[in-house]
Amino acid sequence: MDLKPGSRLKSSVCDTELIVVKAPSGDVDITCGGAPMADPADAERNGEVAAGSADGTALGKRYVNEDESLEVLCTKPGDGSLALGDTALSLKEAKPLPASD
Amino acid sequence: MNLMMLLEMASSGFGDRTAVGSQGRGLTYEQLFQRAGATAMRFREAGVDRVSMVDVSSEALPIALFGSAWAGVPFVPLNYRLTVPELRHLAAEVAPSVTVCNDDALAAIGDLDGVRAVVRPDFLAQWAEGSAPDSDWNVDPEEIAILLYTSGTTGAPKAAVLRHRHLVSYIIGSVEFMGAAEDEATLVSVPPYHVASMAAILSSVYAGRRIVQLPNFYPADWVNLVRAEGVTHAMVVPTMLARIVDHLEDIGGGLPSLRALSYGGGKMPAPVIARALDVLPEANFVNAYGLTETSSTVAVLGPEEHREAHRSDDPAVRARLGSAGRPLPAIEVDIRDEEGNPVATGTSGEIWVRGEQVSGEYLGRNSRVTPDGWFPTNDGGSLDADGYLYVEGRIDDIIVRGGENISPGEIEDVLLSHPSVADAAAVGVPDEQWGEAVAAVVVAAKGQTVDIADLQEFVKSQMRSSRTPDCIELRDELPYNETGKLLRRILREELAESR
Repeated sequence: MDLKPGSRLKSSVCDTELIVVKAPSGDVDITCGGAPMADPADAERNGEVAAGSADGTALGKRYVNEDESLEVLCTKPGDGSLALGDTALSLKEAKPLPASD
Repeated sequence: MNLMMLLEMASSGFGDRTAVGSQGRGLTYEQLFQRAGATAMRFREAGVDRVSMVDVSSEALPIALFGSAWAGVPFVPLNYRLTVPELRHLAAEVAPSVTVCNDDALAAIGDLDGVRAVVRPDFLAQWAEGSAPDSDWNVDPEEIAILLYTSGTTGAPKAAVLRHRHLVSYIIGSVEFMGAAEDEATLVSVPPYHVASMAAILSSVYAGRRIVQLPNFYPADWVNLVRAEGVTHAMVVPTMLARIVDHLEDIGGGLPSLRALSYGGGKMPAPVIARALDVLPEANFVNAYGLTETSSTVAVLGPEEHREAHRSDDPAVRARLGSAGRPLPAIEVDIRDEEGNPVATGTSGEIWVRGEQVSGEYLGRNSRVTPDGWFPTNDGGSLDADGYLYVEGRIDDIIVRGGENISPGEIEDVLLSHPSVADAAAVGVPDEQWGEAVAAVVVAAKGQTVDIADLQEFVKSQMRSSRTPDCIELRDELPYNETGKLLRRILREELAESR
């Protein structure tokens, strides 16, 4: 599916919800728990988290692909883990800054 | 992308934490979320284009801010210290609006067409009561979240446009979700219409740091509130810090709960920061540089960098205490000349910035951002070899004396380094021979007398003679606006007249 910054995505196999922070243009094959993700308005719970894709997502964490052209933020945690095509997304390291405002 | 997403995450993950007010007695994230939702439905029913606020900080501020985001209308905090004609002018520009206000503002603007003025107690009792609806918010990142009228120290105020994408990018790029410990609290003492106030609400909600609000800044109240509420974090503008340090030196006792003190919003005189380090030895100091048009902070000098600079024998490292630190990871900074071409490292020019949080856009005007995303800030500055940013002030304030560009900051730094001087300003005044002459105004330090001739000699010993002020005047205080910006325009006019 085509993704834009601000797009919301929902897992079809667990509670995970995401917001897209950054996305490459064109078709993006993002999955959660081994199943395609969808717009929350269209997402229906359908099936189980696949074995091997069950590391879970954590609230407030950001996930990226290898070249960081795709970045998503977890707004609701769930049991499935995220992948782009066959490659798992990885947790983006936080670089906490000193509070400034 | 919507500001509400930040609050929804805090509420769903940490709903019982106190978001605003005293520990255990203020609004929790869950309550703030519910009130924002209830308010949003009433904003929608009112059918207005904007939600505005003309009041000091209170819990109504985050409720109205998030309620506006949920309802899909821009939030416009206005300066409650404006004169009645100024306020009427802006309120009419912002209409049709719901305006949450104090009694004075109600009297000033309540009769305007399209302004539905609601005093704060009524807003809290009638608009903010109830629970959140199922209805969702708009997720279009291009929607306008906040309109902020810039302080207009140089001309008529204009409204900077901050879209949801700018602010959300800023927060998720610079704040770790729920990164604050549960005992942390931040004291917000800048007024609602200052970008730092808006940014403080958003970053504190996302960090899970309790917000404590000081409606009107008085140094004794600020110190008392830090002590009473166990405040761990605070942001102040330079004029506030100077008065806090004065007060703490008088009463003693320090502020043991305060772990982090950030300052920004204007040039901080080096003597003030040195005194602050002495009276608050436990606090971590953070210097932040940013603009309304950049969704707040774009560069920070962190606590470790403060200490390293303070300890160092290397003059280049020591000088960093006067820098704004390094750009945030998501921000690029360039220094460019008048034609927009990059200048060499260490050379002064205009500060240009680029990043997702940078708006650079004003309502009803052409954007100042270049097609490739660079925003010229109109601030002068330079970058050193290690990437530290030195801010020299507004380019409009540069004094041009006989063809030579002189940054007022350089002269002010020298004046401030004299022990008899507490505050100083240098401006250009019209001069037949030089085009502009350098005029300076100083304020004596507590218990000191300023000898003008002696001070002239002192400056001459430190700077080129062309940069030595042609005249120095002594005053009781300098003209600042209420958010600590020096009103150079007023000084220029007064000094030009008195010559």
